[in-house]
Amino acid sequence: MKPVLEIKGLSVEFATRRGVLKALDDVSFSIGAGEILGVVGESGAGKSMTGAAIIGLLEPPGRISAGEIWLGERRIDHLSNAEMRKIRGREIGAIFQDPLTSLNPLYTVGKQITETITTHLPLSYSQAQQRAVELLEATGIPAARDRIDHYPHQFSGGMRQRVVIALALAAEPKLIVADEPTTALDVSIQAQIIELLKRLCREQGAAVMLITHDMGVIAETADRVVVMYAGRVAEIGTVNDVIHQPKHPYTVGLMGSIPSITGHKRRLVQIDGSMPRLNAIPPGCAFNPRCSKVMQDCRDHRPDLMGAGVSQAACWLYKGLQ
Amino acid sequence: MSTATTIPQVLVEVEDAARWFDVSAPWLERVLSGKKRTMLRAVDGVSFTINRGETLALVGESGCGKSTIARLLVGLYPLTRGEIRIDGQSIAELKGPNGKALRRRLQMIFQDPYASLNPRWRVGRIITEPLNAHTTMSQAEQSARVDELLLQVGLDPADKLRYPHQFSGGQRQRISIARALALKPEFLVCDEPTSALDVSVQAQVLNIMKDLQRELGLTYLFISHNLAVVHHVADRVGVMYLGRIVEITSRDELFENPRHPYTRMLLSAIPDIEGKGRSRTPVAGEVPNPLNPPTGCAFHPRCPQAREQCRQESPELQTIGDIQVACHAVANHWPQNQASGSLAPP
Amino acid sequence: MNPLQQFWDSDIAWSWRHSSLAIVSSVLFLIMLVGAFGAPWLAPHNPFDLATIQLLDALKPPVWEVNGDATYPLGTDSQGRDLLSGIMYGTRVSLLIGLASVTLSIVVGVVLGLLSGYMGGRIDALIMRVADVQLSFPAILIALLIDGVARALAPKDMHEVIAFPVLVGAIALAGWPQYARTVRGSTLVEKNREYVQAARVIGISSPVIMFRHVLPNVLGPILVLATVHLATAIITEATLSFLGVGVPPTSPSLGTLIRIGNDFLFSGEWWITIFPGLALVLLVLSVNLLGDWLRDALNPRLN
Repeated sequence: MKPVLEIKGLSVEFATRRGVLKALDDVSFSIGAGEILGVVGESGAGKSMTGAAIIGLLEPPGRISAGEIWLGERRIDHLSNAEMRKIRGREIGAIFQDPLTSLNPLYTVGKQITETITTHLPLSYSQAQQRAVELLEATGIPAARDRIDHYPHQFSGGMRQRVVIALALAAEPKLIVADEPTTALDVSIQAQIIELLKRLCREQGAAVMLITHDMGVIAETADRVVVMYAGRVAEIGTVNDVIHQPKHPYTVGLMGSIPSITGHKRRLVQIDGSMPRLNAIPPGCAFNPRCSKVMQDCRDHRPDLMGAGVSQAACWLYKGLQ
Repeated sequence: MSTATTIPQVLVEVEDAARWFDVSAPWLERVLSGKKRTMLRAVDGVSFTINRGETLALVGESGCGKSTIARLLVGLYPLTRGEIRIDGQSIAELKGPNGKALRRRLQMIFQDPYASLNPRWRVGRIITEPLNAHTTMSQAEQSARVDELLLQVGLDPADKLRYPHQFSGGQRQRISIARALALKPEFLVCDEPTSALDVSVQAQVLNIMKDLQRELGLTYLFISHNLAVVHHVADRVGVMYLGRIVEITSRDELFENPRHPYTRMLLSAIPDIEGKGRSRTPVAGEVPNPLNPPTGCAFHPRCPQAREQCRQESPELQTIGDIQVACHAVANHWPQNQASGSLAPP
Repeated sequence: MNPLQQFWDSDIAWSWRHSSLAIVSSVLFLIMLVGAFGAPWLAPHNPFDLATIQLLDALKPPVWEVNGDATYPLGTDSQGRDLLSGIMYGTRVSLLIGLASVTLSIVVGVVLGLLSGYMGGRIDALIMRVADVQLSFPAILIALLIDGVARALAPKDMHEVIAFPVLVGAIALAGWPQYARTVRGSTLVEKNREYVQAARVIGISSPVIMFRHVLPNVLGPILVLATVHLATAIITEATLSFLGVGVPPTSPSLGTLIRIGNDFLFSGEWWITIFPGLALVLLVLSVNLLGDWLRDALNPRLN
């Protein structure tokens, strides 16, 4: 069964007057139908960039310089803007961080959803309207039939994000790319939205790419997770493996630095230094200057993903464990 | 975290503090449309104390008033009602002739590492500013103190010649901490100091803050919306909702045995890394508009325990053993009710 | 890297190097600047030295015309004064007045804008209403008004002495509201930033916060406004001088020259008015283009 989304060796570059910056460097992973893949990393790691590349919304001068993006049977990284527009909405739904700017303030919520449906599905306008109401109900908005004629500013933050989810799912896409969907929301609302996303996506059988910096959200929601560092994949595996038995020293440090309610860490693990800027990525493994287990190989050769089993890390520590 | 086994000395006392903001429409509009004055009750009757060397965390969601409390404590806003005392001295004196001496004892660290340092000033000048304003140290003495502070927060004395934009978010927060410590204050108000930082950077800053507290005997008021961080740093925790404290108690007691229904819901709503896909009961509803709060207990529309009394009467913060809770259900020992969002029968 | 190399390597220098518009307008402006301020040394003649003026050489056409004279490359006016020298001295006057009035305008506008934004309340309301009222009048009218009042109040023999300060003051006063408004807007934003709050927590007084903390951060857009304003100021002065209420005739600016030459336009001696006019156009154009480039060059970097 071909995965819903497959990325092979994706690289994204920015041409600046001081040289070419590699924002993504040889990133590969795939997502199956009905699966939730978490893409996790700190600021500058490239997770949002990956999402943008997939949706086809890379801001120039950024461009895909290498690799392939496959959506099912179809290769989409080299499509024109017009063709991508047809794919966005119908095959890929997007949910962004800020619900305020994701919705057009000048149109009613109903109009926006209905329009998305009629653009992509062979339904009449009234059928689409009916479907819009159903979608709003499914996302838990009370009195959906009345609220369908409300404008975005008449909804609260959490409600707006539900509308955005409804909008993303309106044309029944196969893939949902959610970029920090709950970061701007209160903690109690976050839980509601995450629940909703999980349920609806499973119902529709959509694959979900959940981009976030919040490991807690990943732990609760995702099946597999990709850990990104300096534009590269550091580790990829099941949520259980990556969180409880991390392989890559960066992931180990990351997990150790997260405070938890139940644990009693005397002192949070501290990874000295910081993620390198794009114009100063060290040769070999990007993490080597900060790594407690660094070896000479790490400074000379960049490791590919390696390791036995489903979970792999880009780290020479696991060489030979193929 | 604190080693206060001696008699706790109260350093900070907050008594029925309130801060209302006038957000009324302009006068002409009010006259023409007959609207009344609208007051935003950002903080409406908050009382607590903080002991020397202790960290009290105030936790809550948007609109609960925790940031406003932080600003009230350092005199950035005037009090609408109530009193705040630092070591017995009222903060109203900050404006008066004794104000300078009082200011040296308290400082603040802000949330946004990018906006809390003047982008046009060099780091050295930023940290020297409080020294200039409050001491008569010579330039050489000031320079030495700046070096000392930079080393204390894990930076390099050479950094004082650089500009803020040359540093990362975590480093800027450390510069903010260095600036706050320049005058050797006793009390630091920290308004979400790590919320804008990546998780591994947050770890660095939290570690430094804990170390400094131990070394210098600091007292912290730590504002946050992140319960996991609060669990890591706090000795005592206060939970706020719409301008009031609903529960305040020791850290362990709050996390192991939360009493207030809102605290319970908050705790169960947090995505926790340890939880392996446990199914939580999400909180019902959303935080209401602070301009139009519910009658009686502000939480009653979302509370599974709510009864008629809750709709009519706002509960006072009551001391029950070691904890303080503002809830009719707890005060009157009502049986637990699992139905969500509806008024339970009395 | 020494500072000069650092500057050459900076974003703004790079942007300049790659914009032919910026280079051309900078060169043009530089030529006029040198010609204007170097006039006492560079001008072929001194149009104010009565001893050197040859009435017989009056109304000579430019050198490439019939009857032209190489000593007077752009011709002479009705008094025999060399036009090229006149233009150089005239540009100097125009530039001096322009620069002085813009500087004064900036000082008044920035201070009022800062006060307005930071103090808020009644002070803000007062300053902004004055600015609003003033903005509803065309700058020329305001300058005329101030100039006229000054002339009416001062005794006749003082007119020449006070002409310059009054002119500079008038143009400055007409231009301050735009700076005040811009600075006020930026001040409102900066006032609420955490670094200002931090300074208040430390106990720094309001005036010190305003001028030491906020001011450096709101000056950004001022440079761009100033270049455009310089062009406007020069034109305003030229207009006033053309109308006869600007600079005194003893130190003519480009506007004065244009007015004098206007009388001869239709009797065939076109060069007396056209060349000063051309000089004015080139001056204002180069300043405007520089301002345009500067605005674009500074913009993305501001983020």
